Amino acid sequence: MNTLLEVKNLNVDLDGEKIIDNLSFQVAQGEILTILGANGAGKTVLLKTLLGFLPYEGSIVWHQKPKIGYLPQGLNQLKVKDFPLTVQDFFALKNPVPDLEEITTFLHLVGLEKDTLFKTAGNLSGGQFQRMLVAWTLVSHPNVLFFDEPTTGIDIGGGETIYSLLRTIWEKEKLTIFLVTHDLNIVYKHSTHVLCLNRKGHHCFGMAKEILNPEMLEQVFGTEIKFYEHH
Amino acid sequence: MSFQLIFTLISGIFISGVAGYLGTLMLSKKMSVVAGPLAHLAFPGVALALIFGFNISLGVFPFVIMGAILIWLLEERTKLPMENLAAIIFASGVGTALLFLPIDKAEEALIGSIEKITPWETTIVVVLSLLVFYVVKRLYQKMMLMNVYEDLAVIEGINIKLYNLLYLLSIAIVVALGVYLVGGLITAALIAIPAASAKNISKGLRSYKMWAIVLGTVSAIAGIFIARFARLPTGPMVVVSGVILFLISVIFRRQLF
Repeated sequence: MNTLLEVKNLNVDLDGEKIIDNLSFQVAQGEILTILGANGAGKTVLLKTLLGFLPYEGSIVWHQKPKIGYLPQGLNQLKVKDFPLTVQDFFALKNPVPDLEEITTFLHLVGLEKDTLFKTAGNLSGGQFQRMLVAWTLVSHPNVLFFDEPTTGIDIGGGETIYSLLRTIWEKEKLTIFLVTHDLNIVYKHSTHVLCLNRKGHHCFGMAKEILNPEMLEQVFGTEIKFYEHH
Repeated sequence: MSFQLIFTLISGIFISGVAGYLGTLMLSKKMSVVAGPLAHLAFPGVALALIFGFNISLGVFPFVIMGAILIWLLEERTKLPMENLAAIIFASGVGTALLFLPIDKAEEALIGSIEKITPWETTIVVVLSLLVFYVVKRLYQKMMLMNVYEDLAVIEGINIKLYNLLYLLSIAIVVALGVYLVGGLITAALIAIPAASAKNISKGLRSYKMWAIVLGTVSAIAGIFIARFARLPTGPMVVVSGVILFLISVIFRRQLF
């Protein structure tokens, strides 16, 4: 496997507080890396640092220039309430503007009807908006995805749809995916590697099936978590 | 129709059209109010022009553009919201101006003097309006994405710093032109009102932009004619026409749900 990303001795401080403490890991092309951790463990900060939004110490090396698709946490329909943007207008903000046929295909893949195109983005429900955002991210055919809690606000069935879709696209287009999620079943079913973060610098990193066990989870989340392995 | 009226109409239409268009971007960035402070920055320029006896516009442009660049630099440095920085710039502009401005001669600066515009000035207004229109059209989609969510804009490869500067310079030029039409006191109205009315009656981006331009130009035409026949000051009348159109738009507000 070709190594895509190498992170060595990464340290990130925000306003004088240490968020990420001496973290090292690497990601090969085509892997799905899930980033686990309790609230405040620095998952989103890690994604943002890898994306180049935050200052850091240590080294982050991309071995090939990635074409990134980013689905941020915290962009929701309420954020666009003040914009007179239809869903179609929202897609037209991309550069280059994807053609209509392609947009419709992706809307369909995430489970949205074609007439969603003409609805005001700010009036979609939370779940619909999130699906739309997933389609928005995927439509420009990125080869590296950063998904920060992609199923926020989506009901359980809908979450499954999004993850199956991600999986399908992953298999088809040989994507590399960075995923932040709290959903442990998803982690187990859909990721190849896991990186767990905690503030004290006790990180763990490895193949999902090797390191996902109750002891590790307890260490990460601090409480005992019931976890059933799927067969 | 006199030539003077024609020049007034042409400049009025161009200024308020481009102000309405730019206003749609500023409304979505919640920045409509920034135009006000910037326009007030024209006052020190006006003061200098009055004291040394040169054309007021020559005083206005450098100050407003300098103000825009200052806001841009301070935003980069301090990460404070632009509207906040604009308030600081505004205070310094007006404060300095009031020290020196001969208030009794400042009427032009307060309410504009478009009814006296010369052919040469009209040409400059048209050229600058077209230039700003072109620039805003080029940066529109990218600015809109920056307004929605800046991180996504970075991922899409947009040079945030550069676009913010172009955006602020466009605002500065429109504001300086607005000072001509309606004066420094109410220039923000040219930018804020058409966009607000347009938002009331449109659903998508296209109609939003189109209505803002239409309503901007209509309020300029209506204001100029009404002021002429009722012997009222032109600038304030343009703004009042805009307000009336806004009230009508409130009545027609489309139920989007």
